[in-house]
Amino acid sequence: MSDYNFAYLDEQTKRMIRRAILKGLAIPGYQVPFASREMPMPYGWGTGGVQVSAAVLKPDDTFKVIDQGADDTTNAVSIRRFFQKTAGVAVTEATEEASVIQTRHRIPEAELRADQILVYQVPIPEPLRFLEPSEVETRKMHALEEYGLMHVKLYEDISQHGDIATAYAYPVKVEGRYVMDPSPIPKFDNPKLKMAGIQLFGAGREQRIYAIPPYTDVVSLDFEDYPFQPTKADHACDLCGAEDSYLDELIMDDAGKRMFMCSDTDYCATRRKGGHIGAQGAPHREDAA
Amino acid sequence: MHEVLEGGFNDVPVQAAQAFRAVMTAMARPGDIVQVCGAQPPAPMSVAAGAVVLTLCDPETPIYLAGSHDTEQVRAWISFHTGAPCVAAHDAVFALGVWDDLPLGAFSIGRAEYPDRSATLIVDSAHLANEGAVLRGPGIDGTARLSLPETRAFQQNAALFPLGLDFLFTCDTRLAALPRTTRVS
Amino acid sequence: MYVAVKGGERAIDNAHAWLAEERRGDSSVPELSLAQIKEQMALAVNRVMAEGSLYDPDLAALAIKQARGDLIEAIFLIRAYRTTLPRLGGSEPIATEDMACDRRVSATFKDAPGGQVLGPTFDYTHRLLDFKLAAEGAVAAAPVAPTHEGHTPHIMSFLDKEGLIQPEPPGPDVPDDLTRTPLELPASRALRLQSLTRGDEGFVLGMAYSTQRGYARNHAFVAELRIGVVAVEMEIAELGFAIEIGEITVTECETVNQFQGSKTEPPQFTRGYGLVFGMTERKAISMALVDRALRWKELGEDNLGAPAQDEEFVLYHCDNIQATGFLEHIKLPHYVDFQSELELIRKLRREAQGNMSQEAAQ
Repeated sequence: MSDYNFAYLDEQTKRMIRRAILKGLAIPGYQVPFASREMPMPYGWGTGGVQVSAAVLKPDDTFKVIDQGADDTTNAVSIRRFFQKTAGVAVTEATEEASVIQTRHRIPEAELRADQILVYQVPIPEPLRFLEPSEVETRKMHALEEYGLMHVKLYEDISQHGDIATAYAYPVKVEGRYVMDPSPIPKFDNPKLKMAGIQLFGAGREQRIYAIPPYTDVVSLDFEDYPFQPTKADHACDLCGAEDSYLDELIMDDAGKRMFMCSDTDYCATRRKGGHIGAQGAPHREDAA
Repeated sequence: MHEVLEGGFNDVPVQAAQAFRAVMTAMARPGDIVQVCGAQPPAPMSVAAGAVVLTLCDPETPIYLAGSHDTEQVRAWISFHTGAPCVAAHDAVFALGVWDDLPLGAFSIGRAEYPDRSATLIVDSAHLANEGAVLRGPGIDGTARLSLPETRAFQQNAALFPLGLDFLFTCDTRLAALPRTTRVS
Repeated sequence: MYVAVKGGERAIDNAHAWLAEERRGDSSVPELSLAQIKEQMALAVNRVMAEGSLYDPDLAALAIKQARGDLIEAIFLIRAYRTTLPRLGGSEPIATEDMACDRRVSATFKDAPGGQVLGPTFDYTHRLLDFKLAAEGAVAAAPVAPTHEGHTPHIMSFLDKEGLIQPEPPGPDVPDDLTRTPLELPASRALRLQSLTRGDEGFVLGMAYSTQRGYARNHAFVAELRIGVVAVEMEIAELGFAIEIGEITVTECETVNQFQGSKTEPPQFTRGYGLVFGMTERKAISMALVDRALRWKELGEDNLGAPAQDEEFVLYHCDNIQATGFLEHIKLPHYVDFQSELELIRKLRREAQGNMSQEAAQ
């Protein structure tokens, strides 16, 4: 094991984070300030998610980390190793086996169960920040439920582009009260925000924690004549053939030939194990790693 | 005679992690009854209330002890194990007592900019079961039931949303939660 | 057929091994010792202590070595270490008037009790590369004057006796701690000063410079700049009195600024304050200027819209660990969010081109 406390953080810090998580769950979508600590990884690289995970994990958990939907991206590997080392928890790449999943920019394709917890890494927790840079002002706007500015912005998009020009970090309204940034997930993932599992959001540098309890109403902002539309590339996964998953786009040759594959690597591998093969896919092999 | 120095967690990081997960699950799923143990607080505190205090309280969280819970032994135990100062109700981050002793109107319900700065009440109860009042709201798939001491106070509390109090009901080693978002009927 | 590339784990291990090799450099060149860094790179060590918010020259030297001389990386190492330390208590306020000054200059009075002490400064060195340093050799000993021991009153105290300097309102007995509570605005002066003293030297310097050039100009004179060793005392509850627990070197700067006054109150000078770990005078002076600029509301001045007056702007952006982390994170994969923008822009262009060709056909 290691010289550090279980899950790295000292107990007083964990208590402070735990209290913030409880208030976050009690006030869905509201950003609870917390005294974020300096972590041994840079701000902006998941320190908020890491602190929330550290406060939530218990020794018998099975932990999964994804970045862009993938378990093997370098930062996901780094965070997974951190908790393997400091909390001694079991780790997995299988969504189904995980009790706690830390994520950056994606919600897994497989529907999460009631006993699973999803921890999001959040860069800028304030959905109004790009419209109003001042924290003093945006806090007031949330207090007064003054969200007109956001609708004006979305509407201006429509008048300029004929469409809402927000493709990720698409704002939602939680339980009819707080407008919330779901972190930079593609808007394709927004409908999944209403789920059976507990969702916790940690923004380390910005010192905010927020939460969505299970089955909470989460509505993507839109207009009657321009209803919200989750979108994805109009392709099937070239590896597993899935037509319902969010896709990464790869450039294959100098001529710019494209290929598409599931961003959720576990979803893709599970499908291939189940015998689904896409246009350029190979049958699943255990040694593909 | 209860020894003040005893009754804390033996393995703080692990037991606190387990207790917190139970409390978090309860807060996220109003009506769910979870097990929390590992504490042996002095009477009249329940085991579950003891575990909650050990898990969440420290010198930064002033606590109010109501009525029958405001004893020398309880004060000494909380002070030794958590360092939380005992204060008047309106300064409290946490409160501990039986339902009839808790002065609901005296606690902080937060303010518009900071609704999180509200008290969490730990209500030691003689009875806790999934029966009685019907609960609806975030965390609940349809409806849930919980044996609440009354309904009116919780309806009034929910009407304050996003301000309001949050409740943890403790009974022996069991715990359930009722955040301000839950609509009770 | 396409097989997805994996290998994050191995790539990380290999990168770490390579980094360790690069850190050591050419192994035929003797390795740097921490003592060498501490003694010969003392100002780098000071900066790392100041912005790392941890007074420990040995750890700062280690961090500089580990970071290959990247001071922001070294500051980060110190900050991450500092967070894991238990907080045993708070010291008594340090008594800088009792400082054993290595350097003490005033721009406002030619002489004052305690005198002016130039100290080991770059100020009047001609900035000519000293090629003698390229060849290692002994340094001639500097002449030693008897040190002024004991009390050296602050220059400000003489202005204070005359009622010329605005008295500072008393703060709380125990100020808030920036590292223990989330920053809330408006911030108390104590929190602002904490934030500035650990803020990035370059950022604070730039902000201070902007006030000199006219963005919320406040006409600062350096009333006093002193650098030296002070005792740190802490009250031990069991003893019931304070004992000395160590000594630290600090740089303190007090500026005297344009006076205030109104119909009811005669004019008084105002003050900016800087206090930084180690010998760090550029930072301390900068801090004093920015502190003063941030006090506009309290001193009844106009908000000129200058960056250095904007508390939220300064406090949220002066921390180089927050800034560098967030800045550098944009090199992490953003495949997913970029993909969503790609789809959107293709869709918008399709629609726009459709509209244009429709219009052309009409």
